[in-house]
Amino acid sequence: METLTKTVGAESKMTQTMTGAEAVIQSLLAEDVDTVFGYPGGAIMPIYDALFDYQHFINHVLVRHEQGATHAAQGFARVSGKVGVCFATSGPGATNLITGLADAMIDSNPLVCITGQVASHLLGTDAFQETDVLGVSMAVTKWNCQVTKAEDIPGAIAKAFYIARSGRPGPVLIDITKDAQFGQLEFSYEPCEMIRSYVPRQKLDMERAKEAAELINSAKKPFLLVGQGVILAQAEQEVLNLVEKADIPFAWTLMGLSAMPTDHELNMGMLGMHGNYAPNLKTNECDVLIAVGMRFDDRVTGDVSKYAKQAKVIHIEIDPAEIDKIIPADVPLVADAKEAVCALNELVLPNKHTDWINSFRETAAIEVEKVITQDLFPQKEGMTMGEVVRNVSQKLNGDGVLVTDVGQHQMAASRYFQFNKTRSNVTSGGLGTMGFALPAALGAKLGCPEREVVAVIGDGGFQMTLQELATIFQTNAAVKILILNNNFLGMVRQWQQLFFEKRYSFTEMVNPDFVKISEAYRIPALKVERRENLDEGINAMLESEGPFLLEVIVEKEDNVFPMVPTGASVSDIRLE
Amino acid sequence: MIRKYTISIFTENFFGLLNRITIIFTRRRINIESLTVSESEVKGVHRYTLVIKSEEEKVKKLVKQIEKLVDVLKAFYYINEETVFQEIALYKVSTHALKEGRNFERLIRDHHARMLTVESEFVVIEKTGHKEETQELLRATTAFWGA
Ligand SMILES: Cc1ncc(C[n+]2csc(CCOP(=O)(O)OP(=O)(O)O)c2C)c(N)n1
Repeated sequence: METLTKTVGAESKMTQTMTGAEAVIQSLLAEDVDTVFGYPGGAIMPIYDALFDYQHFINHVLVRHEQGATHAAQGFARVSGKVGVCFATSGPGATNLITGLADAMIDSNPLVCITGQVASHLLGTDAFQETDVLGVSMAVTKWNCQVTKAEDIPGAIAKAFYIARSGRPGPVLIDITKDAQFGQLEFSYEPCEMIRSYVPRQKLDMERAKEAAELINSAKKPFLLVGQGVILAQAEQEVLNLVEKADIPFAWTLMGLSAMPTDHELNMGMLGMHGNYAPNLKTNECDVLIAVGMRFDDRVTGDVSKYAKQAKVIHIEIDPAEIDKIIPADVPLVADAKEAVCALNELVLPNKHTDWINSFRETAAIEVEKVITQDLFPQKEGMTMGEVVRNVSQKLNGDGVLVTDVGQHQMAASRYFQFNKTRSNVTSGGLGTMGFALPAALGAKLGCPEREVVAVIGDGGFQMTLQELATIFQTNAAVKILILNNNFLGMVRQWQQLFFEKRYSFTEMVNPDFVKISEAYRIPALKVERRENLDEGINAMLESEGPFLLEVIVEKEDNVFPMVPTGASVSDIRLE
Repeated sequence: MIRKYTISIFTENFFGLLNRITIIFTRRRINIESLTVSESEVKGVHRYTLVIKSEEEKVKKLVKQIEKLVDVLKAFYYINEETVFQEIALYKVSTHALKEGRNFERLIRDHHARMLTVESEFVVIEKTGHKEETQELLRATTAFWGA
């Protein structure tokens, strides 16, 4: 077969004459890319034409909207730790990437997006499908560049991958003009290992590490916060060693979810607006707060002027711009989380904080009584999101990958899904992008085909990207789609109920028949309306070999609690 | 305390970087009072000089955001007292002023200004100095405007 005779990768330094378009593909192969999410169009046709010969080496997933490509690439990157790659054409193709780029930017997901652009002599002429993609994407990329000459393609791609995955990861966009794709070059590929002006990580300051260790050693009530940085730095085990050695209770942010086992005895749950009761309250009681790889998002801190004022703060963070951005650090450790926590492990003494830890448990018991019992073992007729999620989670024994959309179901799932493997939580944290979950779940499944991937989605968010059902069918990715249908834009309705006198302004949804939609896309589906059918429905979903959609009708007007109302202190967390 | 800060940025000469840098300010609704970009003493390294009015806490954070940009080598900030400010001012005066003879010449000498060009219709003089000094010369030249 002709395709197989093509040389793959570029191990040898020998150069080879080829087109810019083929150089794009060869460069991706040199970066070990095996999956690309994309959508073709005029300005990127040469690259698609080159891809035609490499179908056996690169699995190109034809999404149904470019936004889907970005979210799928994010899901892929989040579970696999690799860089997610997207292709899109100029103009509308490129602008459709913007939501995903913004999402990846705020959640530190490594992406390389390649967009086609009109020929360079047409730049600035308002040519057909010409958009200033560089300008439009600048605010939502870690770095971007435009390539107008074929010979610049390998260098640009090498730089893009290096920037996307190093330091604090992020999305990168390369805009390649059509003439550069058609042009010829002598191809050779050198991976990028250094950029003069770019310091992806600083060396840990050992003096500071000693100060941090002293604080931890003398703390009576230490509390550690696990952010996504722990996962990105692969510092999960090091953090566990630290908390176990010094007996420190910890909690995770939404993005830190799954970094440690849910049922670890020092795991006190989730921080933030809809997080657990104890970790929020104890933030304002601890004496030393150790934040690892997190950025004190306002959904975590509530009112910053009343956040952990009593505590000495140790902030471990790879991005120097995060230090003192929101919460001033008494001891900043600007470093890769793994390096910093390793150093601390050497310096920290074994300790016991039994009373302090017990005080978390006492507080947690209040939440169990007031919230969790009602969520998981409801006495009413309608089903709760919590009971559905917990049921799925238990059937997966904590081995599943949870992908969530945005809204009440996201919070319920994050609270009640249980994890025992890292990189098992994929959600849109910083941007809160409805429509994220379905394509992200597809990407996640392709990133870890051997694992069960369950997407928990609201009836609202599902309708933002449901066309990706077609992609799921076409790739036969065995994504399990769980729609928690409350016939409302639930999270907004909750706010209307609590803060806008129940004026339900445009949040009630008249929905289509989701089962029929799914079946129209040839994905088997089932609808569960009563609790007695729930088990059966979930079993059918999990036992299905291929993709499956399960719609569960849940109570229309349930609320997610606990809740730290916007602008309130974490101490003012409400249980009802 | 709101005061004037000068931010100095050294960068690679990279396409679109000016845009990336200004986005950092506009996003935070900080007005740029002045901005110059040029090649620095080091070949290939560009220098941006920006003046903004803000508070030190905010400026510190801004500088970190700027340094975070991939193509930025280094960024610093200074308060006004730490910087040497020189303004360069150009004055266009009707050539008739020259005919006033010595008065105009003395004015130029007293202010340490210099004549850049003499055209048939107008004269351009140049003065470098602190804002008060350039303003002072502006006032002094008004006497010759109508001439
Ligand atoms: C793209 C986008 N538009 C609007 C919002 C605002 N928003 C946040 S949650 C929410 C409601 C989500 O409703 P649904 O998907 O049904 O989930 P539920 O809250 O009912 O679980 C809305 C509209 C958003 N986060 N993203």
